[in-house]
Amino acid sequence: MSVSRTYEEINEKIRSGKVVVVTADEVVELAAERGVSYVAKNVDVVTTATFGAMCSSGAFLNFGHAEPPIKMAKVWLNDVPAYTGIAAVDAYIGATEMSETRPFEYGGAHVIEDFIAGRPIKLRAVSYGTDCYPRKEIETYITKDTVNQAYMFNPRNSYQNYPVAVNSSARTIYTYMGTLLPRFGNASYSSAGQLSPLLNDPYYRTIGIGTRIFLGGAIGYVAWEGTQHNPSVERNDKGLPVSSAGTLAVIGDLKSMDRRYVRAAVIQRYGVTLYVGIGVPIPVLDEDMAERVCIRDEDIETSIVDYGVPHRSRPVLGRTTYKELRSGFIELKGKRVPTVPLSSLSKAREIAHVLKSWIQNGRMLLQEPIQKLPTQQTLKSLEIVSLEEIDNG
Amino acid sequence: MARCRVVLTFPPDTVQHPVAYHLVKDYGLKINILRARVDLNEEGKLLIEIENHDNKSIQKGLDYARSLGVSVELVDKELQWDEHDCIHCGACTAVCRSGALRIGAPDWKLTLNKQKCTACGLCVSACPVRVIRIDF
Repeated sequence: MSVSRTYEEINEKIRSGKVVVVTADEVVELAAERGVSYVAKNVDVVTTATFGAMCSSGAFLNFGHAEPPIKMAKVWLNDVPAYTGIAAVDAYIGATEMSETRPFEYGGAHVIEDFIAGRPIKLRAVSYGTDCYPRKEIETYITKDTVNQAYMFNPRNSYQNYPVAVNSSARTIYTYMGTLLPRFGNASYSSAGQLSPLLNDPYYRTIGIGTRIFLGGAIGYVAWEGTQHNPSVERNDKGLPVSSAGTLAVIGDLKSMDRRYVRAAVIQRYGVTLYVGIGVPIPVLDEDMAERVCIRDEDIETSIVDYGVPHRSRPVLGRTTYKELRSGFIELKGKRVPTVPLSSLSKAREIAHVLKSWIQNGRMLLQEPIQKLPTQQTLKSLEIVSLEEIDNG
Repeated sequence: MARCRVVLTFPPDTVQHPVAYHLVKDYGLKINILRARVDLNEEGKLLIEIENHDNKSIQKGLDYARSLGVSVELVDKELQWDEHDCIHCGACTAVCRSGALRIGAPDWKLTLNKQKCTACGLCVSACPVRVIRIDF
């Protein structure tokens, strides 16, 4: 007999405390012991999670108006420029923006972490002055208690898979995939594998616009497809993309986040970025979803890419699985290459468990997407052309 | 066999003493210099692994070094890892050739074996959240 559950049925079970929730790790063990059909019959929700460096992150802030008021034209938070080419006292602080006084040491990500931790942030702004906003400069301090709205809005998070980075060249290179030692000295990877949200829902049946999620320790939402969302990449026989594919744009209340799940980072000789913790609950709507959430590290393949070649199209040298990556070594060109994780599996597991308890305790209900993410769409590149060339298509 | 890793810190006026020579020659210690920073006009630092069949000789040798004004610290004092604030990503393990920093199954939490550390310092800048410090 086929199994089917609606969001409303699951939410009713959450309200009555009868919901069955397991993490995406636990469901793999359960499926190995009892089979996928047992999972389909007995599990309502599977929690997925990831905790990795996500450059395309940032936050909108509204500072409130000073007396006399200012229409901020340029703004700095702890000497990190924020974007204020919007209304007078609105600004967006991007994670990767670097401090003008302490570059490669402090940046927008650190402002965000300090803000969440409740630390005071120095606000400096300048303007040209208008009849309605006469003030031309301001310097003061803000905290999360003094500002109006503060919400994280990350244009691209939670990549559905990501290639492994290696370095064929003769010198050590410093990349956003970490330090890559020469002549295939190591291989770095950055995905939670079987725990990763979009790998557990590869065709975006349940993760879409409006999906309620764990974002940085607070409740957040999927706002849109993420930038560079690329669902049309090659997939394996399980329907899992073998390279970076779908992405999510996410939103959530910055003030209620927890520094434990949002951490500023400096990647050596690359710059500043933000580690973001994301958890997504996946409803086991039917057998198909049960199959999807039971994927294991050995089912998930990813490409091995040579970062020693500094071009847009870096050579793909082979393919591996997360099981092999997690073993500590991969085989590449007959060599045993040590692997290095960049995203934190222990944090991802922690988030999956926190989210599980939120659902078990009725703190979070599931939200059906109000609009699906695209499943057919390719990625465009930026070409350098003249006006005539672009006019002629 | 007794073995330990220590950091010898030389005040400027002791830098010219051939301390390592005396440790070998007079105290019969087998020493392996893992890292050195020597500047005749400034403080110098030497990270050495010392081996001898008997720990007493090691202690005597180190007492000799101390008598010259050289400070002697076990290597773990020089290395600080804030485990509580660590996000356990594993990025530092990319550069740790000594194998002191490790991450893996089952719990995927970073571990630090200070006895393997050579205080090379590469992990300090490879750590994205800056929770490792080495005073060398």
